[in-house]
Amino acid sequence: MKIMTCPINGARPVSEFAYAGALRDMPDPATATDEQWAAYVFNKQGKAGIKREWWYHIASGVWFIAERDTAADRVIRTYLFGKEAA
Amino acid sequence: MFTEHASLRKAYDVVIIGAGGHGLAAAYYLARDHGISNIAVLEKGYIGGGNTGRNTTIIRSNYLTPEGVKFYDKSLDLYQDLSQDFDLNLFYSTRGHFTLAHTDAAMRTCRWRAEVNKHYGVDSEVVDARAVQEACPQMDITCAGHAPILGALYHAPGSIARHDAVAWGYGRGADMRGVEIHQQTEVRGIKVEGGRVRGVETSRGFIETGKVLCAVAGSTPRMLDMVGLDSPIFIHPLQAMVSEPVKAWLDPILVSGSLHIYVSQTARGELVMGASLDPYELHSTRSTLDFVESLSAHMLDMFPFLSEVKVNRQWAGMADMTPDFTPIMGKTPVEGFYLDAGWGTWGFKATPVAGWTMSHTVANDRNHELIEGFGLDRFARYALTGEKGAASVGH
Repeated sequence: MKIMTCPINGARPVSEFAYAGALRDMPDPATATDEQWAAYVFNKQGKAGIKREWWYHIASGVWFIAERDTAADRVIRTYLFGKEAA
Repeated sequence: MFTEHASLRKAYDVVIIGAGGHGLAAAYYLARDHGISNIAVLEKGYIGGGNTGRNTTIIRSNYLTPEGVKFYDKSLDLYQDLSQDFDLNLFYSTRGHFTLAHTDAAMRTCRWRAEVNKHYGVDSEVVDARAVQEACPQMDITCAGHAPILGALYHAPGSIARHDAVAWGYGRGADMRGVEIHQQTEVRGIKVEGGRVRGVETSRGFIETGKVLCAVAGSTPRMLDMVGLDSPIFIHPLQAMVSEPVKAWLDPILVSGSLHIYVSQTARGELVMGASLDPYELHSTRSTLDFVESLSAHMLDMFPFLSEVKVNRQWAGMADMTPDFTPIMGKTPVEGFYLDAGWGTWGFKATPVAGWTMSHTVANDRNHELIEGFGLDRFARYALTGEKGAASVGH
């Protein structure tokens, strides 16, 4: 079983977590063009790489960020949003 | 079976990236129907080694949208005489396909699909639980009491075929007509000048071409990056497994969205089983124990008598998913760069029609009418072709 580290609950089996997609910056809806907005809604960085993602610990309801290598399936680190260590 | 070419030519009329079923089918129809045979098919690994050889071989056309139904039905048509066309036995076997409904909502979707299917002349009907039990007397119709089957969408033409042979047949047919298939040849870059494709950088040198067809499933985002295009494609692994061979007992193909199962029995007696996508993005074909455990548990809900049967193999493919479960096909904003992608979990059945429509599109530089609803530009227009309701299992 793969292990993921929740910033609150510590190391837990990955089956306790839900993946919620990449961390992305939302363009300002008031100023974005239709194309920019559609790109934000649909387009993804689908290439393999080290990505920052939203994850959720289902049992305790903790949302956090994971940095993960999507080619090696390796979690590099996890932290609460905005609490990234320097 | 295939000619080996010592070196690449300096230039080709068309370069096809990916020697899976789709790429080879496009090469075959370009050579057979459009008189274009100065083609290189470039393959990083070996023929049919990607998702062509990793799917669960189910062929059906009982889709949900008019665009999907017409498209996949043409594919079913094209499959019928392929064995003769290739002089190669595809083990094409018409079994009948049941999409099992365990809830009222699933029954409603079955009725919807049946009506759309019938409207377009596809043999598809809603049947009750008794008909399911008669077609498969070995099944526990209550699914261990968790999820009793209420009925099903029955699609008589539903079939299975030997997936490797489909790639080999198309490959051999293309090879015989002068197409060059280069295995162990990786694409490292695509040269675009003034918005036009000029050539392809490979691990064996540069080749000039004005037309590139990209048919690489899970590697699509990497290729799109080379030509500077964005897309909604995201990659999740899709796993599958087979049991040891057992005496023939399962004639139809069974699919349960609620239990996340699709299963059929091959000519040599193995049960081929698949389930839903892995739960997170991953560019890898690794297997997991989670998958075998959960799929086996659901299989035993339906077929308790299989408890002593062993699982022989498991594997995974990288599925290039799209937001609306419809492929992304045709011309792109880069002139001469054609896309046959977004095949997610539904690509094998489309192999003939994808090759057939893409060959037309590449030869004429105009999208074939059957793929008009599948363009990359549909997202910016918010004009999606929602096919999720016809996916085998709720992904």
